[in-house]
Amino acid sequence: MTSLLATPARLYVNGVALWAPRLPGWERARRILAGHEPPPLESAARPAPELLPPTERRRAPDTVSVALEAALSACRSAQLEPASLPCVFSSMHGDLAITDYMCATMASTPALVSPTRFHNSVHNAAAGYWTIAADCTRPYTALSAGDQSFGAGLLEASVQALAGGENILLVAYDIDARGPLAPVARSKHLLACALILSPVRGAHALAGFDLRLTTRSSADSGPAPSLARPANAELVAGNSTESCLPFMEALALGGRHDILCMATPTLGLELKLENL
Amino acid sequence: MQPLHIKAFTATCAAGAGRAELQRALDASRTGLRRNDFGRDPLATFVGRVAGVESAPLPAELSIYECRNNRLAWMGLQRDGFLEAVAAARARYGADRVALVLGTSTSSIGATEEAYTRLTPAGEFPDDLRYQAVHTPHSTGEFLQRALALNNVAVTVATACSSSAKAFAQGARLLDLGIADAVVVGGVDSLCGSVLFGFNSLQLVSPEPCRPFDAARNGINIGEAAAFALLVRADDAQRSSDPHLVGYGESSDAHHMSTPHPSGRGARIAMTDALARAGVEARDVDYLNLHGTASQKNDEIEAQVVAEMFPATLHASSTKGWTGHTLGAAGALEAVITFLSLESGLMPGNLNSRQLDGTCGPQVRLENARGAVRHAMSNSFGFGGSNCVLLFAAATRQ
Repeated sequence: MTSLLATPARLYVNGVALWAPRLPGWERARRILAGHEPPPLESAARPAPELLPPTERRRAPDTVSVALEAALSACRSAQLEPASLPCVFSSMHGDLAITDYMCATMASTPALVSPTRFHNSVHNAAAGYWTIAADCTRPYTALSAGDQSFGAGLLEASVQALAGGENILLVAYDIDARGPLAPVARSKHLLACALILSPVRGAHALAGFDLRLTTRSSADSGPAPSLARPANAELVAGNSTESCLPFMEALALGGRHDILCMATPTLGLELKLENL
Repeated sequence: MQPLHIKAFTATCAAGAGRAELQRALDASRTGLRRNDFGRDPLATFVGRVAGVESAPLPAELSIYECRNNRLAWMGLQRDGFLEAVAAARARYGADRVALVLGTSTSSIGATEEAYTRLTPAGEFPDDLRYQAVHTPHSTGEFLQRALALNNVAVTVATACSSSAKAFAQGARLLDLGIADAVVVGGVDSLCGSVLFGFNSLQLVSPEPCRPFDAARNGINIGEAAAFALLVRADDAQRSSDPHLVGYGESSDAHHMSTPHPSGRGARIAMTDALARAGVEARDVDYLNLHGTASQKNDEIEAQVVAEMFPATLHASSTKGWTGHTLGAAGALEAVITFLSLESGLMPGNLNSRQLDGTCGPQVRLENARGAVRHAMSNSFGFGGSNCVLLFAAATRQ
């Protein structure tokens, strides 16, 4: 193993949000993940992102809907102005429903492709809609890193927070695969989480963590990051952003936790997290 | 910021495979655009298509990554000693200390499109296209990490047409924080139905060779490219004649998904921020490679912002008349063109354009020119209002 940072970096979680059909919003998700409340039997309906104009809420692609819901909730939990935050959006697949539409249309009637669906097909669509809705001219990025997309986003948000000494909004999300792509892309239901990270402790900070970065060979990559409460896994199982769950569970449980989060198949973020 | 050295760089696009061919095409004002012959029922437009991609398979051990985008990436790596330069960085720093940040917008989507045209009677993907490795945006990033045997950060940036410019900014931060000692940054985008018919649906595609900043311009031509650079910290560089990255600026328009802000506010913020981060005055920039897609709106707004911000001594142009708009690869491809400009003193004009739009200031030039180029800037603006501006210098500023 090689350590990539000379000394661990200290960061604070100044805001948080989580949305999945059986974890609808952070306050309930926190109780469910901690075992204080049973998960709902019924899946919650897709959220309608408040920041979008009413006419656009229903038409918004699923990725935009869940990502914007999480982004706004995290800003509220930190009591920070959305327009003030540079942001990192991370998703393994982007909007799989639009990918299915685009590819089916290319195979049948390419000349009839919808211009709106085309410009919504870019991987940065959710980030674009967020900055438009929030009137945010700060930079954003949109990343993908396979099954490690949450970890890659967490790393880039941490890097930007350390480089700029300011709050960075991380939003990680994936949705269910549709059509002939579904057996290959294999992502299920909706999931979005958001964190606001900074080297400076915010007034509403939930937790602080020391971050180490280590590389491993694929041989010694060790066990997969594990959950304190294994039953939580099924709440988001199969979604391509499910690797956010150990981090979210640690915030929900309170106390201290060691978390391993992979940013590539062999690059790990080792976090010593302490809830405040 | 501390300047970063560009230890190696290369580009493969319609105007040439490798630096020498690209430089000759720029010198001779020879376009790489040709009548669109891509796909089954080609749109009436011109494209920047790279020759020979179809007949250049991947090495057998990487065959699960077979698709046009990854083939183009592999072709691009073979030029200008780039593979050898990465191997030298790996040997010097170790694979754990060399990162990869790839910008792409299309990635391997062409393979997913193909699978939909060849579904089995049961409606499934054909056997040869069932690998998830070519049906995810990180396909080319993962392919490159494996092909280059790197073990540090390996991530894909997909912010449409600013993707591979932003890869330079992201790579610079990894070097600045000491997470990596060298970073391979690059951009790879390839022709596919989605982008050709998609841009056409927005009425942005020209039936003729594109004419950036021309008064009678009528749209873009889609192109494809693979372009790479190897960045290291200045103190680690052995050659002071390498071009350096001295600044970057990033911003969001916060206006519309596919139309730039009418006053160019995001573009202005990104250019101003790149200059400020570098500590360079606008008057010290000799060449500016414009985003200049040849769409009505982009060129009008970009020309206005440039006219406001820069003196008449600036030579500014779009090189999309040579290459087409290579989308997610444009930032890296046009960074390579600015490196060639810093090295050779050639400042390209606006190929194919005949009569500049009235909104252009004296900065925007029709013809190629030569001069001392000490600072060169490159603009990349994308859908979703994502802007990134890179600023490069010819030699270390003491």
